[in-house]
Amino acid sequence: MQEGIQCSCCESEQCLSVIRGIHSDDSVEKTFLGNGRNGDKHTCICPIETLVWTNDYTLVQRARCNIDCHCLSMCHCLSMLSCSKQCSYPSIFIYGHRATGKSHVIHTLLKELELPYATVSCVECVSVGLLFEQVLLSLFGSDSASLLSRNPSLSDFVRVYKQLCVQASAKQTRYIVLDRAELLRDMEANLLPAFLRLQELVEDNVTVILLSEIVWDKFRPNTGCFEPLLLHFPDYSKGELQQILSEDSHPSYSPELYSAFINILLGVFYSVCRDLRELSLRLSMLKFQPLFSLPSVKESDTHKLWRNIEPHLKKAMQTVYLREVSSVQWEQQLKMEEKEAGAVRGLSAHAHVELPYYSKFLLIAAYLASYNPARTDKRFFLKHHGKIKKTNFLKKHEKTSNHLLGPKPFPLDRLLAIFYSVVDSRVAPTASVFCQISSLVTLQLLNQVGHDDQLDAPKYKCAVSLDFILAISRTVSFDMVKYLYDFL
Amino acid sequence: MACYEDSLVPDLFVLYSQLLLSSSCMLTFFCFLQLLNCVLRELLEVKDVNKNVLPVHLNGLLQTDDRIALKEITRQLNLENVVGDKVFGSFAENLAFLLEALKKGDRSSSRPVLFILDEFDLFAHHKNQTLLYNLLDVSQSAQAPVAVIGLTCRLDVLELLEKRVKSRFSHRQIHLLSSLSFIQYLDNVRSQLSLPQDFPDTKFYDEWNDSIKTLCEDQLVVDVLQSHYNSSKDFRSLQLLLMLALSRVSASKPAIKPTDLLEASRVCMVDSKANILHGLSILELCLIIAMKHLNDIYEGEPFNFQMVHNEFKKFLQRKSHSIHNFDKPVVIKAFEHLQQLELIKSMDSSTAKIQKEYQLMKLLLDHSQIMEALQKYPQCPTDVKQWAMSAFG
Repeated sequence: MQEGIQCSCCESEQCLSVIRGIHSDDSVEKTFLGNGRNGDKHTCICPIETLVWTNDYTLVQRARCNIDCHCLSMCHCLSMLSCSKQCSYPSIFIYGHRATGKSHVIHTLLKELELPYATVSCVECVSVGLLFEQVLLSLFGSDSASLLSRNPSLSDFVRVYKQLCVQASAKQTRYIVLDRAELLRDMEANLLPAFLRLQELVEDNVTVILLSEIVWDKFRPNTGCFEPLLLHFPDYSKGELQQILSEDSHPSYSPELYSAFINILLGVFYSVCRDLRELSLRLSMLKFQPLFSLPSVKESDTHKLWRNIEPHLKKAMQTVYLREVSSVQWEQQLKMEEKEAGAVRGLSAHAHVELPYYSKFLLIAAYLASYNPARTDKRFFLKHHGKIKKTNFLKKHEKTSNHLLGPKPFPLDRLLAIFYSVVDSRVAPTASVFCQISSLVTLQLLNQVGHDDQLDAPKYKCAVSLDFILAISRTVSFDMVKYLYDFL
Repeated sequence: MACYEDSLVPDLFVLYSQLLLSSSCMLTFFCFLQLLNCVLRELLEVKDVNKNVLPVHLNGLLQTDDRIALKEITRQLNLENVVGDKVFGSFAENLAFLLEALKKGDRSSSRPVLFILDEFDLFAHHKNQTLLYNLLDVSQSAQAPVAVIGLTCRLDVLELLEKRVKSRFSHRQIHLLSSLSFIQYLDNVRSQLSLPQDFPDTKFYDEWNDSIKTLCEDQLVVDVLQSHYNSSKDFRSLQLLLMLALSRVSASKPAIKPTDLLEASRVCMVDSKANILHGLSILELCLIIAMKHLNDIYEGEPFNFQMVHNEFKKFLQRKSHSIHNFDKPVVIKAFEHLQQLELIKSMDSSTAKIQKEYQLMKLLLDHSQIMEALQKYPQCPTDVKQWAMSAFG
């Protein structure tokens, strides 16, 4: 780092620290035109370009780096962040998908440019007071938050901020970064508009940066507000994802093998999910598998590798991706895999809950009552149903297929009527049967519809899926499909 | 800004002259509070008024409650010591006490107070509009010399006031509406982008200002500015546009090119939902296309996950190789991701417990948005595109 290269308006080593922060190597050549002293413009060449306005005017910097995938968005961010006494735009809204690097880029920039900032994640702020405290703590030091009362309102916050400003006036723009800003909408109604124009309210050089994955159109309050500067962080392309994931390679594998592995992983998961965090989680779980240590497989034999890995990836998709199995369980399963070939059982793989005999039939009856229209009961459950015109009966529009619309509520007597016809043995209507209905409701296999105090005619709805009920009916050897109206 | 000041300052002079008689006035405008502040500053300096008049600034966003507003008034009038721990029966008593305390030595005069209420429409939402009623009451009756200025963006602000409050208002409204012609708009652009006189580097100053002048005469730039002017005349959106254009200036390119402005305009006018759609995975995109088809067939009626899954399965059956044959839980996870991005919204918020596959949803995207997003989608498989273009699912 050459000395004497100072930005004349803020007197900090701006250019170089930015270079270092982004490139993280010292081999960048810098040539400077002019003396680099006060009043002159100086330019860094290759590959950074910077423009420095002299004296009090806005410092606009632009860093263009060849490696980083976010060059364009970072350029925009840099150019918006001003380091000098000049007021920058009061609020900036940055949106983009999850794991596209929004917080990372902003924090890196703010740290490297050494700007005073406060960062708050709105998820942590269950009350507004917590938000205010954190902001004041970060911007003004540890004893500033004590000036706030117990349940501070926004008015208190602005007043205390103004007070503290007078004592510690801003030489540079202060930044307040609010992460997960979509949660601000659910807090008090005046919070979001106030933060957007905080610069005006506190009469200080402060900029609020909001980060979110939801678009700005959903934030706008009804009566309008100060429109922030909108910046979009684009998502990563497949090539960029590959590049990022291969940076973290395992030392025992060669880079080509590793990138082939990542290619395969992306091939399976990319069409489902593009979230970098999810993909890197999958990667970290799968890469330690002893797949590559097979003696018969050479590194260049990618086809065999693919066949080796593919079932593992498919299994990962079904279980770990859906968070049915925790990563600890997954690793244990891998260790056991060599000894026994057992499937990794996820939570919803428990297809049948152990229920008493009559409960199973009650559940089957409930399913039939929910998904068959009431007028068809006669045909299914009576022994001699007489002649029923087939044409009227069979007419069904696809849209009204009950399996698409959802379960319908049914009264208790209908449930019992179907139950008695479905169960093969004679059952007396004792309290134990009714008790089982209540326990099914507790297990949330049935939902009670309507008020709890409706004692004489309670209504229920069946809350299980088709696969579940088919599994249950198989255990009691009941042919379910024959009785379902939608499968006629 | 200058054109506003000219119209505003005489009115405020008039206002001041009537301060001793007390009055109230409403200012409707779409500009910054800074404008009023600088005008006020002028007023206070010029008229040697600051010895007498006490300004009290209240903001509807900050003072969301009458109680908080009263505390703020007390604080700004520096009467905290006087009030001490007194307990007042009503708002009116409290306010009367405060104004009483401002009386100077002789009984006849007391210091005039100027109340400036920013975001006036938010004050109208307080309970019973107590603050407004009392302030306007005091200003109407000549108990103490008080003037109330309300600032708001809403033209229909008077409709929000209760009858008793409205009757006490002097119905003096000043509308500051932007009535710029396009030529004035262009002039404004030129003046905003030009460097000021006291810029130290004279050579650069000349170069820059010349380049700005040529820029403003370029036809492409005029077209871009015309389209912006047609959509909104206000200065804030213009500032945004100019800020984005200015951010492209660099050492190797120390001037704004017309293409910069065009690019900035494109960034301003971009549809943010299209940007989000660009980053969805193929499975999620297929789900959105299935929803679009459902909307087309059933004319916008709400759907649930089962219906969407059904449509998707029909599409998969038609293709010979089903690479997208995913398990139902994976498809549900993609569906939930769309819900988190707020591209689809649940219709009913009822307490009845409905299984999540059967909850009715609505798609918050337009037909044209989806088709446009598909065009820009990177490496979209052709069969997915064809499915989207086909008339019926």
